This record gives sequence, structure tokens and C-alpha cells, in this order.
Amino acid sequence: MQAYNTQTGIVCPLDRANVDTDQIIAKQFLKSIKRTGFGVNLFDDWRYLDEGYPGQDPSTRVINPDFVLNKPRYQGATILLARRNFGCGSSREHAPWALSEYGFRTVIAPSFADIFYNNCFKNGMLPIVLDEAIVDTLMKATVANEGYELTADLERQVVITPTGEEYAFEVDAFRKHCLLNGLDDIGLTLQQSDAIKDYEHKMMQKTPWIFNDVRA
Amino acid sequence: MAGQTLYDKLWNAHEVTKRDDGSSLIYIDRHLLHEVTSPQAFEGLELANRAPWRLSANIASPDHNVPTVTKERSAGVTGIKDKVSRLQVVTLDENCTKFDIAEFTINDARQGILHVVGPEQGLVLPGMTVVCGDSHTATHGALGCLAHGIGTSEVEHVLATQCLIQKKSKNMQIRVTGQLGAGVTSKDVVLAIIAKIGTAGGTGHAIEFAGQVFEDMSMEGRMTVCNMAIEAGARVGMVAVDDTTIDYVKGRPYAPNESQWPQAEAYWRTLYSDDDAVFDTVVEIDGSQIAPQVSWGTSPEMVVDITQSVPTPDQAIDEAQKEGWLRAYTYMGLEAGQKITDIQLDRIFIGSCTNSRIEDLRDAAAVIKGRKVADNIKEAIVVAGSGQVKLQAEAEGLDALFTEAGFEWREPGCSMCLAMNADKLEPQEHCASTSNRNFEGRQGNGGRTHLVSPAMAAAAALAGHFVDVRTF
Ligand code: SF4
Repeated sequence: MQAYNTQTGIVCPLDRANVDTDQIIAKQFLKSIKRTGFGVNLFDDWRYLDEGYPGQDPSTRVINPDFVLNKPRYQGATILLARRNFGCGSSREHAPWALSEYGFRTVIAPSFADIFYNNCFKNGMLPIVLDEAIVDTLMKATVANEGYELTADLERQVVITPTGEEYAFEVDAFRKHCLLNGLDDIGLTLQQSDAIKDYEHKMMQKTPWIFNDVRA
Repeated sequence: MAGQTLYDKLWNAHEVTKRDDGSSLIYIDRHLLHEVTSPQAFEGLELANRAPWRLSANIASPDHNVPTVTKERSAGVTGIKDKVSRLQVVTLDENCTKFDIAEFTINDARQGILHVVGPEQGLVLPGMTVVCGDSHTATHGALGCLAHGIGTSEVEHVLATQCLIQKKSKNMQIRVTGQLGAGVTSKDVVLAIIAKIGTAGGTGHAIEFAGQVFEDMSMEGRMTVCNMAIEAGARVGMVAVDDTTIDYVKGRPYAPNESQWPQAEAYWRTLYSDDDAVFDTVVEIDGSQIAPQVSWGTSPEMVVDITQSVPTPDQAIDEAQKEGWLRAYTYMGLEAGQKITDIQLDRIFIGSCTNSRIEDLRDAAAVIKGRKVADNIKEAIVVAGSGQVKLQAEAEGLDALFTEAGFEWREPGCSMCLAMNADKLEPQEHCASTSNRNFEGRQGNGGRTHLVSPAMAAAAALAGHFVDVRTF
């Protein structure tokens, strides 16, 4: 996994609450058996005026000029600023895959849906929760100033504005550690193999039916 | 010391280790796999040269992508016309063969939506931790399980370690007291709950559904409610174990055998929240006041009683909600203040992991009683949740009731719930759907979904618009 440390980038304001994972990456693109190739279809329904389907030639698509991602001033944005309950709905990890492939490695919102929040960390992305009022301020500042950039400093757990204000955010120590070091948590869990085996031995007595072989 | 909630008990029983940072390693008893969220996990496992930790914990079945039209379906995997869908189903079959994972393949009589199949086969049992790369895994909490959806990285993590790194959620109890009125079902209960607490109301919480209404509810009904806990923002929904649970599990193909049963039942009987358990949040609703519900907008919290109208902007609690409503009016092609019963429909979908169990089909069939689908309905389909549900319904003659009324009787799968296969809405079509999500485009690009109970969907099919099933 790619490590995340400090990131400075153009902010793209997505001024909507309850953006669901169906919107982030629509179901027709989930048919892929790969982890890549989702970036061009990020927010497909909003980004294009024609209907998207897998395997299209992107150059033939009809761009929706009104959608924020398509505005020239937000090209190259790496920080997505959104409203509350971002990433609700389906558990699809294709959502963070699509965001990250497009170029967003940071998403700032007043709140996130649990599964999406968790999925971000597995993919070298940092979801940042900031107060509703702060998000509102940042949203306005982004819209008012072309080329508006923010810095997200994971080590210090702050978001820094161009004028030097700092907004602190919370992040779990373990998730932070993994993200800072780009660690694969399967490897970390496997270091505890003995504890897992001990647990299984104990439960084979207590709840033996759990271990019935469904392949039989 | 205060007593424990059901969630506390399930959590404690599965804690392998506690970590310094407050998270825990949680053991997973049952892992359900389907074709959409597993291929990248299997690939990751192979790339890292890792083997599954406990093969017998896993069970797979293709459900999201399978065609539901009998003709296409009968040809099996090779008959799937959409080649991208076919590749996903083939990939699941290949991975299950390669890794030696049990699978109910496309035309196995046990195939179906995993959240229907798991409980039905006794693969999901009270007290288990259950995960699946699908957010509606919350369904299984109806059996007194700790069940939730996970992403693909976690699918890989569970395959490789049989564990997940988890942080404990807060405890929320939703009590629905009293008795439901005639014509009001479990689907109306859960929609009413979401309307009240909102789609983020349960975020960060594990919800236990309690109170008279749930005590009286069948297992199928409890599954419908727990299924939609995720639409209320909670990954986990649960109901305590009682006689209804035990009776449901008894005799299921993968239930504990006779020698294991007494020990299992004794343990399951301990799975309830202690009287003195403390919940971080408690919500109480009077069940007798719940009317049949209809969603009018593009979020499962945009729900009103069938007797009401589309809300007007001045009723919004804040700017963000108002903005959401304004967008929803446009997307849904509805006017603020318009009566729900005036919404004309184009298609009807009875199915999905929320409402495709035998009781759901019986409910819908009971409304039909020899009447016909209205002329303005272009298509009305019934998609059983599993091969077993389909066989049972056919044995009861429900399929004939549906087809004589003008419904199509399809093969089991997710179908029009998310429209990954050929079953979908055309732009601007209104659909009465028994599924769980009314997001923009969910049932087809530009499609307009209204979430309702099976009985309400059946009544709407006959009338051609929404009607109050209680007076229909
Ligand atoms: S029926 Fe719908 S919600 Fe349920 S698992 Fe299938 S796609 Fe998901």
C-alpha cells in the first residue's frame, strides 16, 4: 500500500450531502474483476451526459460542463471536499479505488459512512472529519478562490489553509500508523497467528458447531 | 457492573486480542462470498502467496450478476449473454474450485441472494460473526448474529486470517412498542425508523431492534428490518434470540447436528441484552402509529406515509436537507406537495434481499386475489430470493397467482435491486420496488425508485399508482 504522509493539493468542492457509493462508482462498472480502471468512471452519472458502460472509449463521452469535476479550475485536484454522510450505501471498495485512481487521496467531510471510511485506509487514502462549520468555511473559500489549496498533514493531524490556519482532526492510532508506513494489515494480523489458533482451540470446545465443515 | 448488551456479548465472545490502540482482532465464524466483491481479494491472496485460513468458514454463490429470465438462465454460466457479467461469475466458480471453497453455483437449487441463502440453509446461526463483501450483511443480525458488510480488502483479510481488525461501535437500541395495524409490515417499520432517525442516524452504532413489535415478528420480518440497518447508517442490526429464532434454525441443512444441538441451544438462549444493560442511544417508536410507507425521493430517509404528500421545502430541517429535496423533486419528476397516491407507476419489482423470502411473496400474492396488473404497468416482475424460496412458492401455487395477474415469474438473484443484469428501469420510469435503495440511477440510469413493502407493491401493480393497501 502507498504510504500517506503530507499532501498539498487543489481542492474540489462537492457541495452535496449523502453522496452514496452508487454515485461514486455506478454498478455497471463493478463487473470488472480488476482493481484498476475505475477512475474514468468516477461520478459517471454526474460527470457525463451520455450513459456510461464498461469498456467505452472515454474520448467519445459527452462531458457535463456543469459538474464541478469538469470545471477547468479544478483540474488536477487531489483533495475532495464534501458534505455530511459521504460514502453512504454499498460497501463497494470500488468507490475508494475510483477516487484514488482519479487522483483524490484525501476526502474532507463533516461525516462519513462507516464502511467507506474504513475502506479508504485500506487504499492509502485519508478521510478527514472536520466540523460542519469548518467544512462550510472551506467550501466557501474554495469556491471564492481559484486554485485554492489545502495541506493535510497526517503526522500532525491537521489541515492547513493557505493563510496558515490549522484545523485538527482525529484518526485512530493504528490506522495512522499503517497509513504513514504504507503497511499491509494482513501481514500484521498474521503475526498474531498463535493467538488466533489459541482462540480457535478454545472455541472448538465452547461452540464446536461453528467448525462443522460446510464442504462436507 | 452494568449488564451487557447483545452486541457486547457477541463482541466479547469473538475477541481474539485487544490491541493497544483500542481496536480488537475479531474472529469471523462465517464468510459469504459473491462474484462482485471477491475477485480482487482472491487475486490479492494469490499475489501474496497466501492460503485461506479456514476453508470451511466460507460459502459462495453468484447472485448480483445472474440473469433472471428462465431461458437465459437455463443455459447456466455459459448462457449469460453479457460477457462482462459472465466473466465475473466464471471467475467466482474458478476461484472456488481453485481454493476448494463450497459454492452454490448458478443453477444449484440452493443458489440465491446470499442474505437469503445463509439463514435458509442454516449456514448462518445465532451467535456467529458473519461478514460478506456486501453492506446488506446486516440482515443476518436477525438471528442474533454480529453481521456486517466489509470491503474487498477485508474480504481478503478474512480469507487470509479468519479475523478482522475492528473498533467497537456504540450501542443503540430502537424499541418499537405496541402492535402493528393490519396491512402494516416489517418493511414499513424499518422505513418509518429510517424516516425518523435519518440515513446517518445509526452511524457508528450497532443497532438492536427490540420491543413488542419485534418480539411478535417472524424471522423473515426481522431479516427485512436488520437488512436495512445500513440504510440507517449502522453496519450492524440485531434482534435477540428467542423461541422464534430457535424454531427457525431447527432442521436447517447446516444447523448443528443432534449431538451438538443441546449445547448450541443453551448458548443461543443467552444471546439477549441484559435488563440492566446500558445503551448509548435509545429511540422509541409507537408501532401502532406506523402506516404503510412509500419513499418519494432519492434517499431512504425521504419516506412518508401512504396517506401523505411529497413534503414541501419549508418542512426541511436545514439547508442541506432542503438542497437534497430540491434535487430529489427534479430527479424524481415530482412536485412538492403532490399526493403520494397520485404517483403513476411504470414498473413493479418484488424481490431483493430485503423482501424476497417466502413470507414476502405470500404477502404480495394475498393482495392480488385474482385481480390483474393495471394496463399502464409496462412490466411487473417477481424474483424469489433463492432457488428454495422459488420452489416453495411454486409448491404453494403462488407463481400461478402472480402470472395469471400479469406478473413475470423469474429465476432467483439480485435482479432489478441494483440492475447489474438486464433487469432495469428506463430513464424517468417510476418503479414500486421492494428493495432497499432509491439512490439516483440505482435501478437503471435515470430510473425513479419508490421503496415499499411487498403488499404495497402488489397493490400498486393492480392500481397502476400507489394506493393504501389497508383500504384496497
Ligand atoms: S438484493 Fe440488492 S441489496 Fe441485496 S445483495 Fe443483492 S444487490 Fe445488494
